[in-house]
Order: sequence, then structure tokens, then C-alpha cells
Amino acid sequence: MTWIHVYLLAVGAVVTAGLSVVSITVGLAIGILVCAASLSRAAPLRWAARVYVSFFRGVPLLVLLLLIYHLLPQIGIDVPGVVAALVGLTLCTSAYQAETLRGGFVNIAPGLVEAGRMIGLNATQLLVRIRAPIALRLTLPALVNEGIMILKASSLVSVVGVGDITRTAQNLSSSTYRPIEMFATAGVFYLLLNVIVTRGGNGLGRLLGLPRT
Amino acid sequence: MSGDVAITLRNVVKRYGDHEVLRGIDLDVRHGEVTCLIGPSGSGKSTLLRCVAFLEEHDAGIIRIGGAPLGFDERPDGSRIRLPITEIARVRRNIGMVFQQFNLWPHMTALGNVAEGLRQVLRLHKREAHDRAMAHLTRVGLAERASYYPSQLSGGQQQRVAIARALAMDPKIMLFDEPTSSLDPELTGEVLNVMRDLAAEGMTMLVVTHEIGFAAHVAQHVVFLDQAQIALEGRASDVFRKPWHPRMAQFLETYLDRGASVLLGN
Repeated sequence: MTWIHVYLLAVGAVVTAGLSVVSITVGLAIGILVCAASLSRAAPLRWAARVYVSFFRGVPLLVLLLLIYHLLPQIGIDVPGVVAALVGLTLCTSAYQAETLRGGFVNIAPGLVEAGRMIGLNATQLLVRIRAPIALRLTLPALVNEGIMILKASSLVSVVGVGDITRTAQNLSSSTYRPIEMFATAGVFYLLLNVIVTRGGNGLGRLLGLPRT
Repeated sequence: MSGDVAITLRNVVKRYGDHEVLRGIDLDVRHGEVTCLIGPSGSGKSTLLRCVAFLEEHDAGIIRIGGAPLGFDERPDGSRIRLPITEIARVRRNIGMVFQQFNLWPHMTALGNVAEGLRQVLRLHKREAHDRAMAHLTRVGLAERASYYPSQLSGGQQQRVAIARALAMDPKIMLFDEPTSSLDPELTGEVLNVMRDLAAEGMTMLVVTHEIGFAAHVAQHVVFLDQAQIALEGRASDVFRKPWHPRMAQFLETYLDRGASVLLGN
């Protein structure tokens, strides 16, 4: 084990972090839309949201990744593995986040919205100032959990040839014949990234007025 | 209609399915007076208050706030029309409401809760909203708690912030829905004191309460609801000193049993 190995794994960690950050944020944006659809008054929208969520929660991420990786070139879209990986991770996490957020909105105490109506807030202000932040507050622990799950699940993207931490560790262990050191170091990198996610979640919690944990 | 009436209800009916929660309520709340709604639980007092806030929509009858119809208006031919949402909001601007569960927004500080309406609805600048919110927190004795989140405040303090939040919008009428019912007994006093000060300043108040002592001492007008109807109403002194109504006598007895000796004075 030399510094060059650590350096290569660190590059893999940057790839893992990048994949996770992009899929979590884009997944949150899609999740918000799907959540809005699932709470909509229009039955077709609710139905579409249900199908979306059950499909992407129901298909294993590994299967989803391989499917996208092989499917996209078939329909004439030639994309690098990293794009297939991003699409797979994003679709998967967006379904989970949509469900989590829906739970948050449903559980908002009605009185908090009534207080807003009595103050004179309009429907948009109620959503932006009251309902969304409170739903986010209620679901923040679950969303941080989801972030950690996706960070770890991103190790699956090694099957579509993306050079993340896991893939780098696999390559290094087969070239050096020292799998234990390589995978142990890979584990440490995952751990460090998850500490950052947890810290970030706590910081966001304080912004939303959650009591310190 | 006389000019000193703040709230008028005429034949207001509210149903949940087949169940009539309010059966034709007629009520006048006069400007500058404290009107207390009392009665056994399930008598419809909270529903009545929520109808006046238009948080519940009445099924028949008319509610007027300062003369303007709330939510629904009646045409000369007796048919009923729903008013547009902007009109509902305009009429509701005259009303402040305080809830049993406080309903402070947990993601904002005490100051943020009070300033929210000033910023978002009245569109005041940050500085001015801050100063006005501080003034209202000072009024309820909580200036030094301005930066606390609701979870860091006692129930009594939360309710006082909620009162400040409602007052900040400069309402002409304040509605209180059992404001002390979810408080420990030793915390009810601080909330009742704020309400007493408000009454002394001449605020028009409609209060649903189980605090018979408060009703007896502060209210000018007491309304006793029983089984979805007004069973008895009048000056506080008359209603409490001569509980000739059998249900009222029965209702008061439960309080006397609990030692509400305040009613026995003189």
C-alpha cells in the first residue's frame, strides 16, 4: 500500500461523492414533483405518481443500472457509463424521496396551516413559508438516511464501469494482490463521506429550528 | 344594523353529515366587549368560533364581520352565493385568532413567528417588521425570548407569542379557542393576564373558554351553548348569579365541585 494507492482511491471518492450529490439533488427535485403529483387533486396525476414510485422502488438498483446501461445504446442513445449510473441512481432515489416527502406533508398538523391562513398568507405563501419547510423538518432524518443509503448504493455503479471507490479498490486489489488493504481503505473513505452527509444534515436541521441532537 | 356590532350571526347552521353541530345560531358581538362562549364539551362552541374565522364553512345562515358578509352572502331572493377567496381574505384581515394548541410555526423563532405576517402579508421591510414584532413581544412580556424556537418555550410562553403574532396584524377582533385548555394550571395565569390587559385596552374579543372565573370577571357578555344551540345569554353578572336554566345550573355545579369558589363571592 503506497500513497499512490490512497491517491487513486481518493479520486474514486470524488467520483462517488459527485455521483451521490448529483443524484440526491436531482432526485430531490424530481421527488418534490412526484410528491406534488401524488398529493394532487387530479386522479391521473396521483395514479402516475403511484406507478412511478412502485416501479423505481420495486426494481433493484443493480438491475436498473444494468438495464439502463444496455437499454440506452439499443434505442440509439450512446452514453458513457457514468451517465447511465447517474440516471439509475437519480430515478431510484427520487422514488424514495417522493414517498418520504409525501409522508412529511401528510403529517403536518392542520393547525399550523390554519394559523397561516388567519395571518393572511395566500396558498403559495402557505406552501413556501409554512408547509414545505415543516415537511422538510419532519422528513430531514429520513432524507439524511436516504443520502447515506444512496452514497453506499452508489458502489453498485462499478458494474457499468464507473471508476468510483469500489471499482478503484477492485482494480487495485487485482493488480497488487492486496485486497484487504484496498477494501479497508475504501471502507474508510465511505465512512468519511457519510460523516460529511450526517454533519450536513445536522446543519440543515439547525437552520430549520430542529433541536440539537 | 347598528354600528357598534362587530360580529353578527343570523341563523347559522353547521352540519357534519347528518349531525347538526350548530342549529340556527343568532348572536351579536359588540365592539369593545369581551364575549365568552361557555358550555359543555360537544356543545358546538369551538365550531362556532371556527365558523367566525371561516376555518369551518357554515352550511346556512349568514355571518357578518363589521357588516361585511363572511364567506357567503345571500341574494335578495334568498339564494346563497360563495364569495371569492380574495373577499374572504379581506374580511378575515379584521380577525386575529389564538388556538388551543398555540400552532406556532416550529421552524421559526418567536420573533420570526410574529414577524411573518408583517413581512409576507403587509410587505414591511425587514427592519420595520423586526421592530414591530419586538414591540408586540414586549407587550406580552417576552422580548428577551425573541430568538427562542417554540420548542424552547413553555406552553404559556408559546401561547403569549401566538397572541403577539395575531395582534401584530392589527386585528379589530380577537378570537380565542380555549386558549388555556392545553396549559398546566400554573401557566394559565400568565395567558389570562395578557388577555385581561387586552380586554382593558378595549379589544373586541370572542373567547371560547372553560375558565369560568375569567368569564365571570372579564366578560361583559356570556353565551351558554348547549346541544348546538344558545341556551342562555346575557350580562355576565346575570348569567352567573341567576343560573335559572337547568342545564346551566348543572354545568356550573361541575365547576363549583372543582372549587371554583370565585363564583360565590358576594
